Amino acid sequence: MTLPLFIEQTLNGVQFGVMLFLMAAGLTLIFGVMGLINLAHGALYMVGAFAAAATAAATGSFILALAASVVFAAFAGVLVETLIIRRLYGRDHLDQVLATFALVLIFAEGTRWVFGSFPLFLDKPDWLSGTVMLPFGIEYSLYRLAIILVGLVVAAGLFWLIGRTRVGMQIRAGENDREMIAALGVNISRLYTLVFALGAGLAGFAGALIGAIQSVQVGMGDSVLILAFVVIVIGGIGSIKGAFVGALLVGLTDTLGRQLLPMFFALFMEPAAATSTGASLASMAIYLLMAAVLILRPKGLFGGA
Amino acid sequence: MTIKSLITATAIGALGALALPTAHAQAEGLKVGMITTLSGGGAGLGIDVRDGFMLAVNQAGRSDLEVVIEDDQRKPDIAVQLADKMIQSEKVDVLTGIIWSNLAMAVVPAATAQGKFYLSPNAGPSQLAGRGCHQNYFNVAWQNDNLHEAAGAYANSAELKNSFILAPNYPAGKDALTGYKRFYEGALAGEVYTKLGQTDYAAEIAQIRASGADSVFFFLPGGMGISFLKQYADSGVDLPVVGPAFSFDQGILQAVGDAALGVKNTSQWNKDIDTAANAAFVASFQEAYGRLPSLYASQGFDTANLLISAMDKADVKDADAFRAALKAADFTSVRGAFAFGDNNHPIQDIYVREVIKEGDVYTNKIVATGLSNHADAYAADCKM
Amino acid sequence: MPRETLLNVLLMTALLAFPLWAHLADEPFLITLTTRAVIFAIAGIGLNVALGFGGLVSLGHAAFFGLGGYVMGILAYHAQTYTPLMEVPFLIEGTKSMPVIWLVAIVLSALAALAIGALSLRTSGVYFIMITLAFAQMFYFFTLSWPTYGGEDGLSIYVRNSFPGLNTMDPIQFYGLCYGLLMLVLAFVWALSRAPFGLMLGAARQNEARVAAVGQMPYALYLTAFTISGAITGLAGALFADLNRFVSPTMFSWHTSGEIMIFVILGGVGRVFGPVAGAVLFLLLEHILGGLSPYWHIYLGAVLLGVVLFARGGLYGLLAGREVAHD
Repeated sequence: MTLPLFIEQTLNGVQFGVMLFLMAAGLTLIFGVMGLINLAHGALYMVGAFAAAATAAATGSFILALAASVVFAAFAGVLVETLIIRRLYGRDHLDQVLATFALVLIFAEGTRWVFGSFPLFLDKPDWLSGTVMLPFGIEYSLYRLAIILVGLVVAAGLFWLIGRTRVGMQIRAGENDREMIAALGVNISRLYTLVFALGAGLAGFAGALIGAIQSVQVGMGDSVLILAFVVIVIGGIGSIKGAFVGALLVGLTDTLGRQLLPMFFALFMEPAAATSTGASLASMAIYLLMAAVLILRPKGLFGGA
Repeated sequence: MTIKSLITATAIGALGALALPTAHAQAEGLKVGMITTLSGGGAGLGIDVRDGFMLAVNQAGRSDLEVVIEDDQRKPDIAVQLADKMIQSEKVDVLTGIIWSNLAMAVVPAATAQGKFYLSPNAGPSQLAGRGCHQNYFNVAWQNDNLHEAAGAYANSAELKNSFILAPNYPAGKDALTGYKRFYEGALAGEVYTKLGQTDYAAEIAQIRASGADSVFFFLPGGMGISFLKQYADSGVDLPVVGPAFSFDQGILQAVGDAALGVKNTSQWNKDIDTAANAAFVASFQEAYGRLPSLYASQGFDTANLLISAMDKADVKDADAFRAALKAADFTSVRGAFAFGDNNHPIQDIYVREVIKEGDVYTNKIVATGLSNHADAYAADCKM
Repeated sequence: MPRETLLNVLLMTALLAFPLWAHLADEPFLITLTTRAVIFAIAGIGLNVALGFGGLVSLGHAAFFGLGGYVMGILAYHAQTYTPLMEVPFLIEGTKSMPVIWLVAIVLSALAALAIGALSLRTSGVYFIMITLAFAQMFYFFTLSWPTYGGEDGLSIYVRNSFPGLNTMDPIQFYGLCYGLLMLVLAFVWALSRAPFGLMLGAARQNEARVAAVGQMPYALYLTAFTISGAITGLAGALFADLNRFVSPTMFSWHTSGEIMIFVILGGVGRVFGPVAGAVLFLLLEHILGGLSPYWHIYLGAVLLGVVLFARGGLYGLLAGREVAHD
């Protein structure tokens, strides 16, 4: 494998990881602060993508579509949180899994009812189309490069929000001791709604960004949801830093695994069998990674004691 | 005959006499069970097959044809359960409707072994065309490899010499690459199996770029194809792309948009096939459902018309006569010439289409014929 | 008689009477549907041993369900094609005998559960949920791309496997077999929950430290429960594959894990008969709601939400009141 190909694949892995981070950040915050396992997070990703596709079709503006994705997903988040999720804090994980699974069913079929069974169209804007030349003669998609940058900016913003602001202080306090911050006079139910809306908005934003280069269809959130869970479990639940590191690890493992594993097996197997075996192992790679991390560090890389 | 079944038979006889006072004057009716995917991912294909099928049924306006439709949710175990229900409770004579090869493999062998007829409007796994063929199984669409084989043949005629080929890592994906290689004569720049359901193809596109290929062949049905094409168009890799029609049907082209323009794909049907039957089908489908028909809708329509043509010739209770009537394929297919080979799979022309834009709508036009009077590669293995 | 016992008797009588009626009314499909419920119930009972008694929330029981299914599929496939399963180091032939298949399914699932449990039990809480899911996903992707036994197409078995003295292709006879197994499994789990092991497991779920203080290792208790749990679910998988005469990677998918979990929660976590009620209720919902509209998943979601929010403790919690034995 040549160096430019390796660098390009690494960039692809980083881009995938950054996207996963947008999903995982909300998931890990919601778990850290409210102790909630939210299977409906993938549904909010889908809501964002559909809102963006509908807005782009109506207005033709990608920026408006992105804004709509955040607003609609956050709005759906607030709605779900105040009507249903709120009753689940303090319940055991089992109730949360079942209830949010029920929400996944409702969101998925509801979306199909509104938008039909065929995938929707959403495209990146012209000014983000095409490729740029990077050093070492690497030709790289401008849009993917933009995703990496936007993702990093959002990540920096999140670190700032959590680490430097008053809301962030309350969130961190909430992760440590839920009863205590209520006792200190923080409006806890408003804080919860806020955190949930923030997570939902990020998921919706990720859905719109990715929807532009993938397929906007019902069920698009399912596989991403599992990956996001893998990320936060590897990173340690509740830790934003863990989610970031976990997301990059998963992104790189998956992308490089797809490139390298078939090449590795080709060293000692015939080509057809090697591509097939390599591909099988590559599809299991992130789960192997997760099992290995958990066996060595049962609370994830950055999990609490 | 046991007492119980005697009672049942009498009861059914009495019911029949009540419902149809003139029943003795005409042949008994035929009941079709349609098992197809109507909810969840992939529902678009099942809906198209159902709509095409029902359009033909309604146009025929026969009172002796009854259709029962059930949703398999794309789950093999649900499909098996529904097949049991249709055979045991609904007492259907003919089954049809399944979209996916893995569901067909779960249902078809058991159904035909119980003496039911099965007409496939979409899936055509190689096992059922070769050693596992059955006299009661008729495929009205294609054997799975057919469209890929035509893509390979087209690659030769377009003088493509170094293809990069990719498909998901599951049986239909492996059949696709095998089918392409069966006819394609050039070299391979690379061969990649992706994860089923994968949505990001950056890693594969990077490999294509680095491989020095002169063309790309891919089989990625549904949402996978949409994702691949959008990302490919954005990658700066500018090689010609060939694929089977499954990523370019009417339902999903609108979601791909400009990224699909100019792509060559292979299909046994297109809306611009210039026959009266096809023109009438396209017009009536649009009128009935307010959208352009897809490949799948055309297959559903043909399946129903094949069935109706057999009903005109024979009573389904006389299995041998009905089977012969089906095999004659005495109906006007919207794809033009159509005949069954020895293994009950189609012998037909497969066209090369190009994705174009008509006004605001993305669609296909035929630019060449990939393979003429093409049968499948497994027919020789079929002993029946 | 306590209300819970009354409910158990009613449930088991109904599961006997309904298929008999369906048999007399010549509605074989209804028997098939009930057979499905009974098999799902066995799978749920298996999960309940880990989930209800041990508090181990496993989202990976599809691994054992699928393993049982593939044991049946692979053994029957080799018997049907007259090819040996393996020749070196010693010859293993396929088989069409149900008792043998069941035994192999139970042993292999137990071994898999032992291995997965030994690794997974190092974690707890959400980590445990996710690591069990990860193991099931590995099985899923492996079978999906493993060409020998059909990959995604799965394996079809043309004739149901045999049981001495019965015609298993007759729906009511196969049902009787499954019902008998359900009773056996129920009796076993009931005895287990009253045995010292079961009591100690329940105690560990509620307070690990106290159990450790009396000299019991919670880890060993959990691992034993997880292994038994996997073995029972594996048996259900073998039966399920025989019911459909077909096995495919969907048995390993995380939806399967989720569905088995739903049976347990719908019926009532920790109740011996809970999963039976849950499986019956779920199939009833699927059957009735599925006929209402193509968008029936919305209704299903609403019902599940209602159960979580307003009927804590599932059907048994609702009808039989709070649990007496535990807490």
